Amino acid sequence: MTTSGYNFAYLDEQTKRMLRRALLKAVAIPGYQVPFGSREMPLPYGWGTGGIQVTAAILGTNDVLKVIDQGSDDTVNAVNIRRFFARTAGVATTNRTPEATVIQTRHRIPETPLAAGQIMVYQVPEPEPLHRLEPREAVTRKLHALADYGFMHVKLYEDIARYGHIATTYDYPVLVNDRYLMAPSPIPKFDNPKLNHSPALQLFGAGREKRVYAVPPYTKVESLDFEDHPFSVQQWDAPCALCGASDSFLDEVVLDDVGGRMFVCSDSEYCSNRQAAGHAGSAVKEAA
Amino acid sequence: MYVAVKGGETAILNSYALLADARRGDTDVPELSVAQIRQQMRLAVARVMSEGSLYDEDLAALAIKQAAGDQVEAIFLLRAYRTTLPRFGYTLPVDTARMGIRRRISATFKELPGGQVLGPTYDYTQRLLDFTLLANGVATEPPAQAEALPADMPRVTDLLAGEGLIEPETPPDGDPAPVDLSREPLKFPADRATRLQNLARADEGFLLALGYSTQRGYSHTHPFAGEIRMGEVALEIVPEELGFAIEIGDITLTECQMVNQFAGSSTAPPQFTRGYGLAFGEAERKAMAMSLVDRSLRSQELAEAIKSPAQQAEFVLSHSDSVEASGFVQHLKLPHYVDFQSELELVRRMRATHGQPTPEEETA
Repeated sequence: MTTSGYNFAYLDEQTKRMLRRALLKAVAIPGYQVPFGSREMPLPYGWGTGGIQVTAAILGTNDVLKVIDQGSDDTVNAVNIRRFFARTAGVATTNRTPEATVIQTRHRIPETPLAAGQIMVYQVPEPEPLHRLEPREAVTRKLHALADYGFMHVKLYEDIARYGHIATTYDYPVLVNDRYLMAPSPIPKFDNPKLNHSPALQLFGAGREKRVYAVPPYTKVESLDFEDHPFSVQQWDAPCALCGASDSFLDEVVLDDVGGRMFVCSDSEYCSNRQAAGHAGSAVKEAA
Repeated sequence: MYVAVKGGETAILNSYALLADARRGDTDVPELSVAQIRQQMRLAVARVMSEGSLYDEDLAALAIKQAAGDQVEAIFLLRAYRTTLPRFGYTLPVDTARMGIRRRISATFKELPGGQVLGPTYDYTQRLLDFTLLANGVATEPPAQAEALPADMPRVTDLLAGEGLIEPETPPDGDPAPVDLSREPLKFPADRATRLQNLARADEGFLLALGYSTQRGYSHTHPFAGEIRMGEVALEIVPEELGFAIEIGDITLTECQMVNQFAGSSTAPPQFTRGYGLAFGEAERKAMAMSLVDRSLRSQELAEAIKSPAQQAEFVLSHSDSVEASGFVQHLKLPHYVDFQSELELVRRMRATHGQPTPEEETA
């Protein structure tokens, strides 16, 4: 059932056109942050308003929408955003990655590989990868124009000198198409390799900061590193306790107050699909 | 046995019901009407209209009711509604010299044309709790009928300008149309028109603190309240099919013109400078704080050293909006399992190697 009194997918058509223009520019200049006239949405800034505006601008009546937060379709924020589009656009929604034409996400990329024709929409809290090193936007714009990313390399080097490795675990900076430094949004660095040469179109929306950017399909996305300190992703000592997967990002679940814990897939759809297919992890085998 | 988080939708729907119940409170107490809020909480309504960037007393009162009196939430409700409204056109600039004055004071001149008018103000109420209001109040005495105020009250700054003692206020070259910040993203450097627009929507508490900081040595601007005026001004538009201006209604405004010292430079003789504040409704604190911050943000243009937060345009303008700030501060309560897991793994790894020589020390 859709909510009456509002345009399809909430935003008026003029606003959507403005957004699509910004998105086209973003696709044409991979990794470049395009300013846009971000609107106040009926959800708070910082809760996915950028992603919601991007989704609203690209959604058509035949689209099938999947929304995840922390890899799960069932967390309250994902439920809320999916419900918003079900109410305002009446589009079909799904939990299944292969069925979705548009996937809006916060903090994860699905474990199931994406396909050509799919669009990923990332919610971005902080689009400027240099922001923590240089808060002034007037300066960071200049640094991007000159492709002067020395700051970031120095920061990564200082990590190595101090800790022996790079101490960034999420929102790990990437270089897009050998040109623009880009914040991949706070996905774990585990997901960074999925950005590279993805067959899906990847759109990033930052509502509060009023920026969109994009990675077109099959575009080179390189995580910053050094020859003697190559980029690496997180690894766990044990596979998922529910489905036994050893190739997925695992969340730690605290079981009691005496140190009991288990590790399970953060991607709930991936995990339940594997369990349905007969895979079982240690917790399931113990219970059986 | 661990079960993945489910049932978010039911939980959300239940939270709606709990919220509605909590908002209504004890049903033995009569429900507050929107008309009551509009009439009897007019200052709350004014703030919600100002920061919500929408002059509509009924909708602002509705937002306050729906938000159970939380001003920032009410402002957010009004903004989210405002986004959906089409633009029919733009009014002509309002002329505050032609304001139907209800309050007008100057801290710089004892006597001035038009006189000082206190109007409805809390300034000299002595802040004693009025317990008759607790007992549902008594009929108040109708205010004494003062003689009608002159229709045109010259602005104090215009009186100073006559002598050339204050900087002239002239439109920039070509008088370009101002940016509409609710349609265009804020960009830096931001011109004064854009800055003022941002400050007009800015959180009152934030402006108050910043303005206060300029009085305590963080970029002192030697301010005097040249004039504060409050009253009704007419809004005019020029419909294309008519080609001349017509009045579409009145709105209440509070305007503050701060007069500030300026030593002059090699190219400019010493003269006073201006800080400007304007807000919907009766909103004197907001207008005054805004004028202090406006003046301190002009440091660069007036070749003053930029050392304090209230002088830094990016710092001030990027953090002034309560809807943006409230959303982002509170987004921290959303799940961050994945990022936290990543940090946990890193901290455990770093603790495991803590105290062992770093690679640099090893090679040294």
